[in-house]
Amino acid sequence: MLVILNPLMRIIEIPMMALQRLLGVNRLAWVFLLPNLLLFGLFAFLPVILNLSYSLTGGDNVLLEARPYVGGRNFETLTSCSSFLDPNTCIEDKFWRAVWNTLWFVTLQVGIMVGFALLTAIILNRDIRARGFFRSVFFFPVLLSPVVVALIWKWILQREGVLNAFLDWIGIGGFNWLIDAEWAFAWTVFLSVWAHMGFYTLILLAGLQAIPRDVYEAALMDRASPWRTFRRITLPLLSPTMLVVLVLALIKGVQTFDEVYAFTGGGPGTATTFIIQYIYEEGFAGAPRLFGLAAAASLMVAIVLVVLTLIQLWINRRNVDG
Amino acid sequence: MKQRILTTTLLTSAMLAGAGAVSAQEVRFMCYSDGNECEVYEDVLNRFEAENEGITVAIDVVPYQAILENLPVQLAAGTGPDIAKVTDLGGLNEYYLDLTPYVDAGYWEASFGDTLDWYRGGDDRQGIYGMHSQLTITGAFINATLFEQAGIEIPGEDATWAEWAEAARAVAEATDTPFPMAIDRSGHRVAGPAISYGAALFNEDGEAILVDDGFRAFVQQFVDWHEDGTMARDVWAGQGGATYQDAAQEFINGELVFYYSGSWQVGRMNEQVGDFFDWQVVGSPCGPAGACSGMPGGAGIVGFAQTDHPEAVAAVIDFLAQEDIYAEVTARTSNLPAHLGVAAAGVTYEGVSEGAQAALNAFAGDLPDVAPAAFAYQGYAGNRAMFGITVERVSQAIVGELTVDQAMERAAADLQAAMAETE
Repeated sequence: MLVILNPLMRIIEIPMMALQRLLGVNRLAWVFLLPNLLLFGLFAFLPVILNLSYSLTGGDNVLLEARPYVGGRNFETLTSCSSFLDPNTCIEDKFWRAVWNTLWFVTLQVGIMVGFALLTAIILNRDIRARGFFRSVFFFPVLLSPVVVALIWKWILQREGVLNAFLDWIGIGGFNWLIDAEWAFAWTVFLSVWAHMGFYTLILLAGLQAIPRDVYEAALMDRASPWRTFRRITLPLLSPTMLVVLVLALIKGVQTFDEVYAFTGGGPGTATTFIIQYIYEEGFAGAPRLFGLAAAASLMVAIVLVVLTLIQLWINRRNVDG
Repeated sequence: MKQRILTTTLLTSAMLAGAGAVSAQEVRFMCYSDGNECEVYEDVLNRFEAENEGITVAIDVVPYQAILENLPVQLAAGTGPDIAKVTDLGGLNEYYLDLTPYVDAGYWEASFGDTLDWYRGGDDRQGIYGMHSQLTITGAFINATLFEQAGIEIPGEDATWAEWAEAARAVAEATDTPFPMAIDRSGHRVAGPAISYGAALFNEDGEAILVDDGFRAFVQQFVDWHEDGTMARDVWAGQGGATYQDAAQEFINGELVFYYSGSWQVGRMNEQVGDFFDWQVVGSPCGPAGACSGMPGGAGIVGFAQTDHPEAVAAVIDFLAQEDIYAEVTARTSNLPAHLGVAAAGVTYEGVSEGAQAALNAFAGDLPDVAPAAFAYQGYAGNRAMFGITVERVSQAIVGELTVDQAMERAAADLQAAMAETE
C-alpha cells in the first residue's frame, strides 16, 4: 500500500509546500475547508439568500428577476392581526390558524411523546423477558416511511376502517374519526407519537445505560425507595439527554408535514393544517403561486428553528463544559 | 485500406448526422390520462410519425398532479415540454405557441368554435392556442336501483336541487343508504349549481367577483345540507386545503343515492359498477334562479412557444385535430367531442355498454343548458384561483370554522388579493 501512497504523497507535497510558503500555515487551513465551504454555500447559504430575496418580492412568477420588489409587504400581510389569539381578526387567517395548530400540536406531541419514550426506555432498561424483541417493536415504526404510516392509520380510522369494524363488532358503533376537527387533531398527535417515539426511546435508553451501576447499588444499600432513586438519581443524571431529546423533538414537531398531509390533508377545514403545509400550499399547490408569502412564512419558521437549534447547541456546550 | 477507413468514417458521420437531424425534430408530449387517452394518442401518433419522417413524438405519461403543479414551474423556468395535455386552459396562455401561422385557421375556427376562446388570454381574440381534446360537462349520476327499491319516483327533467335533495333523502332513508347526496370537492363542480342559484361570478365589466347573493345562497344551502346529513360530509370535510376529492367510490359501492360529478366518470362507472346496480345520468338540476346549468370543462392539447420546433409541434396538434383522427380518439377514449363536426356526426363509442353510451348522450344533451356565465368561467384565466378559494372557504363553513357570511367575506378578499398579485 505504501508503495503506491508514497509516490502519490510526494506528488501532492510539492504544490502543498508551495502553497504553504505562499499563504502561511494558518491560511492553509482555508484551502482544506474550501470544498466543504463551497458545497455549504451552494446548498445551504445560497437557498437562504434566495428565500430572503423571494420574501421581499411579489407576483406569481417563479423567476426572481421577473418579480417586483415589494419590501416588507409579505411580512406585513402575515403579521396584520387585531388579535394574534384570534385568527379571524388576521388578514392572513390561514397562516395564524396554522401557527396555532402547530403550537398546540408541538406542545401535546412533544409532551406526550417524551413522557412515553422515557417510560418505555425505563422499562426496556430493566432485565425483562424478550427485551430485545420489545426494543425492536418500539423502534419499528421509525423505519416506516411517513406516507406508509399515514396510510396505515387512515385505513384503520376511516369510516369503514378496522377500528370502526371492531367497535361495531363489540356493539359500540363506529364514528367518523377523521371528519371531526377535535378527533382528527387528536389522532394526528397520536399518529405522530406512535411514529417517532421509538427514536427518542432509543436515545433515552442509551442515556439510561450510561448512568453508572454503582450509583444505583449505593442507593440500594441506603434502602432508597424506587421513586426516590428515580427522582434523585435517574432524572438528574438523565437530564442532559432529556434536554437534547426535547429540543430535537421540538424542531421535528415544528417541521411536521408529510405524514399529516397524507393522513388528513390538513382537514377537516384547517384543523390539522400546520405551518409547513401552509407554506407548501401558498407556494406550490395553490393558484396563484404566492412564492413571496410562502418564503416570508418559511423565514419566520426558520427563525424559530434557529432559536431552538441555538438552545440545543448551548445545552450541548454546557454539558461538555460541565 | 486508407480509402476503406475514410469511407467508413464518412458513412458513420453521415449516419450520426442523420440521427442528429431526427433527434433534432423530437417533440416531447407531456400527457396524463383520465382513462386511456395517452395510450390512444401514442397509437395514433405512430401513424403521424410514419407520415412525417423526421419528426418523432415522445410521450411522457405523468400523473395529473404533475400537470397541475410541476408543468407551470417548468414552463416558467423555460424547461417545459413541447406539447402538453392541460386543464388550466387560459391560465397558462402566456406560454402557448400560437398555431395560427402553421394551420388552416378557417378549419380550426369552424371545428372548435368557442372552445378556442378558452385558451386565449387577455384581449387576444384571434390566436389559435390549443385543441380542446375532451369536452366535459358536470352533471348528476343516480343509483336507479335504490329509487326502485324505495318505491320512489325519479324526479323529472326540470326538477330542482331542492326536489332532488328531498327525493334522495327519502330514498336513503327507505333503503338504509349512508349518503343521500354528494358533490365532488372541487370549485369547478359547485360552480354549475351556484350559477343555477343565481351566481353571476363576474360583474358588468367582466371582472371576476365570485361572491354575490346567488353564490352566497347556494353556499348557505350547501352548508345546511351538510348539517342535516343530506350531503356526504366525508367528501368536503375529509380533506384540507383545496385538495380535490371525489365521491365516485361511495357511489360505486352503492352507498350514495345522488352523485354530482361529470361526464369523465362515465368510463369508470361503466367499468366498475357493472351489473351491481342500475345507474343513470340525470344532468344538472335546476336552481331558484331558473338555470339548470352544469359547468363545461375538460382538457386540451397545447404547444409551447419555448419549443425549438414550432412547425413540428403545430403539425402534431393539427394532425390530432383532423376530424377522422379526433373522431377515432373520442370513440376510443369515451369522451365528449369538442370538435363540432365530430359532435354533429355523432360518436359510436368503442367497448362501452348501452348504459354508458346513453349516459354520454345524456351529458351531450345537457350542453345546450349550460349558462353563458359557466362558459365564461371556464374560459377565465384566473378560474383556478377562484376554484381553490371556493373549496377552502366553503369547507371552513361546512366544518364550522367560519360562518357562511365570514367565509364569503374571506373568499371575496382572497380573490382580490390573488388578482392584485397576478396583475
